[in-house]
Amino acid sequence: MSQLVEQPNLNDPDGFYQELIDSHTGLSDAQSTSMNARLVLILANHIGDRAVLAEALALAKETMPTTERS
Amino acid sequence: MSKKIFEVPLYPYVRSADQDAPKAVRHKVVVVGAGPIGLAAAIELAMNDIPVVVVDDNDKVSWGSRAVCYAKRPLEILDRIGCGDQFVDKGVQWNVGKVFFDERQVYQFDLLPEDGHKRPAFINLQQYYFEEYLVDRVKELQAQGKPIEIRGNNKVVALDQGEDYASVQLETPEGTYTIEADWVIACDGAASPIRSMLGLDFVGRVFEDNFLIADVIMDASFPTERWFWFDPPFNRGQSALLHKQPDNVWRIDLQLGWDIDKEEEKKEENVIPRLKAMLGEDVNFELEWVSIYTFQCRRMEQFRKGRVIFAGDSAHQVSPFGARGANSGLQDTDNLIWKLKLVMENKAPLSLLDTYDEERIYAADENILNSSRSTDFITPKSNMSRIFRNAVLDLAEKAAFARPLVNSGRLSVPAVYDGSSLNGADVPHMPKRTRPGAPASDAPLEKGYLLEQLGNKFQLLAINCDVPVSLDVDGITIESLSINTAQLPDKSLQERYLGEARSAIYLLRPDQHIAARFVSYDEASVQEAMRIATGNLTQEVTA
Ligand SMILES: Cc1cc2nc3c(=O)[nH]c(=O)nc-3n(C[C@H](O)[C@H](O)[C@H](O)COP(=O)(O)OP(=O)(O)OC[C@H]3O[C@@H](n4cnc5c(N)ncnc54)[C@H](O)[C@@H]3O)c2cc1C
Repeated sequence: MSQLVEQPNLNDPDGFYQELIDSHTGLSDAQSTSMNARLVLILANHIGDRAVLAEALALAKETMPTTERS
Repeated sequence: MSKKIFEVPLYPYVRSADQDAPKAVRHKVVVVGAGPIGLAAAIELAMNDIPVVVVDDNDKVSWGSRAVCYAKRPLEILDRIGCGDQFVDKGVQWNVGKVFFDERQVYQFDLLPEDGHKRPAFINLQQYYFEEYLVDRVKELQAQGKPIEIRGNNKVVALDQGEDYASVQLETPEGTYTIEADWVIACDGAASPIRSMLGLDFVGRVFEDNFLIADVIMDASFPTERWFWFDPPFNRGQSALLHKQPDNVWRIDLQLGWDIDKEEEKKEENVIPRLKAMLGEDVNFELEWVSIYTFQCRRMEQFRKGRVIFAGDSAHQVSPFGARGANSGLQDTDNLIWKLKLVMENKAPLSLLDTYDEERIYAADENILNSSRSTDFITPKSNMSRIFRNAVLDLAEKAAFARPLVNSGRLSVPAVYDGSSLNGADVPHMPKRTRPGAPASDAPLEKGYLLEQLGNKFQLLAINCDVPVSLDVDGITIESLSINTAQLPDKSLQERYLGEARSAIYLLRPDQHIAARFVSYDEASVQEAMRIATGNLTQEVTA
């Protein structure tokens, strides 16, 4: 069974990060949220494995700050 | 205009001899409620020569249509109780569904029903016809001298339980009287007065939403398809559904939201403009039935209390998305009646009835899960849920991957009773779809279909191997059906029952569900499986 990759796996981290941020340029918060939702769905389908997705969801949740911060 | 069937008394009140009896007359079974589920239960009892009295608080079929979609499995059950043809002949068959978002179509699906089944994937039929045809079947059985009776305008107003019977007090136009029953089957609907009389809970989730349902008669050129809209211009922020029924009646379902004035919304002067906005100004239509409904997803903790057994909406309630109400209710009585019969005949222990709970609660939970998920997609409960929903719909237009995520109602499929305590031996390399617990899959035979040969008794289906013609296990007869795949018109049966195996023996229950399977006949193994399937042998529980 496959597992969530938690080790670095992106070959160009800085490049990807810039592309991600740039893709939101000029979008309102609402548009950005909507864009992120699409991205999550597209990537989830690409991963395709429910167990891996469950791990990803858990990790995302786990790392949330306990108090709201901006 | 001529009267609609739902305006005609079908089983008008007639005074019963029980009303003049010096003391309460004891019956074998009393069914409360002549809705689709109560009628189906009673028909099956009568076919088994178990005397049954159905009581209903009125004398007509369902007011307005309510349920419209019936899936293949319920149609097979109707076949088994002797009346499927009438439903399928009258019903509208459909396969194509279209999903619209805002002003555009985002995708279209085809149910692509698998070949080699007698019955279609779905038919649409007004609930009043559904009930009328069941009443026809009751009359047919009566004409054959079967012990079945419907008492219209007999309302249950009190129920008491004794050790091994229940007493039921009935209110009629001529006063009240009491009858007793060895068993009561409560099919008295979602608001079940019987449930309240017994002080039983019915908990679950309330969905804070209202839906306007309108059945309109119109000569429209819309195709026979299921059309579903998310956030359409004519019903902003809400959903809408258009579906065809027989006689040019169309089902329209419009989500209205929570804070509305129901009485206002139901008024014709408010309904008509809504429908015109949807159908177009120039479409001529006539309103047949308008109603506003809200819904809940909930079930009883247990479906049996002493001598009272609940089935249908009284036991569980789901949202209409996915058409699981009547469909699953029919599967309740499918599951129940043969068990009750064996218990009444002392051929099985009382604990066999606990497996009705076990199997049908499992199914109810599956239905509740599915219909809750549909409802959450159709009517998102949070901002983020709406954002994801809309993202799925937008993506669906371009990307195939998103289409399976679109949930405008998952169409009802029967539960497979995996893990049921009645399941016996399995052969793991045989096809998964016919594993123990599953309903038998249909397949064409040399003449007709397999399911026409199955049901209403225990059976051994022997494929490419020898079996005795019949077998007696502890007083219960098992009849055999032998099939040689070389003589079949196609490979369906082989694919569905053999897979790679060369031969097989299937033990089937009276409800056409598979109890056990083997590669060849061995009397001791069949006997054991039979004892397990009838609750006469409890298996060691393996975790
Ligand atoms: C808008 C809508 C759309 C639906 N669409 C579908 C669909 O497409 N497919 C589907 O499968 N299901 C659908 N359903 C659900 C379906 O209508 C129900 O699941 C079905 O009617 C349940 O049947 P029942 O016999 O359990 O209960 P009911 O049909 O409610 O029958 C109960 C009967 O009990 C009688 N009764 C009640 N109290 C007493 C009493 N005290 N004494 C004597 N008699 C009494 C009532 O008069 C009634 O005849 C829909 C429901 C709604 C509201």
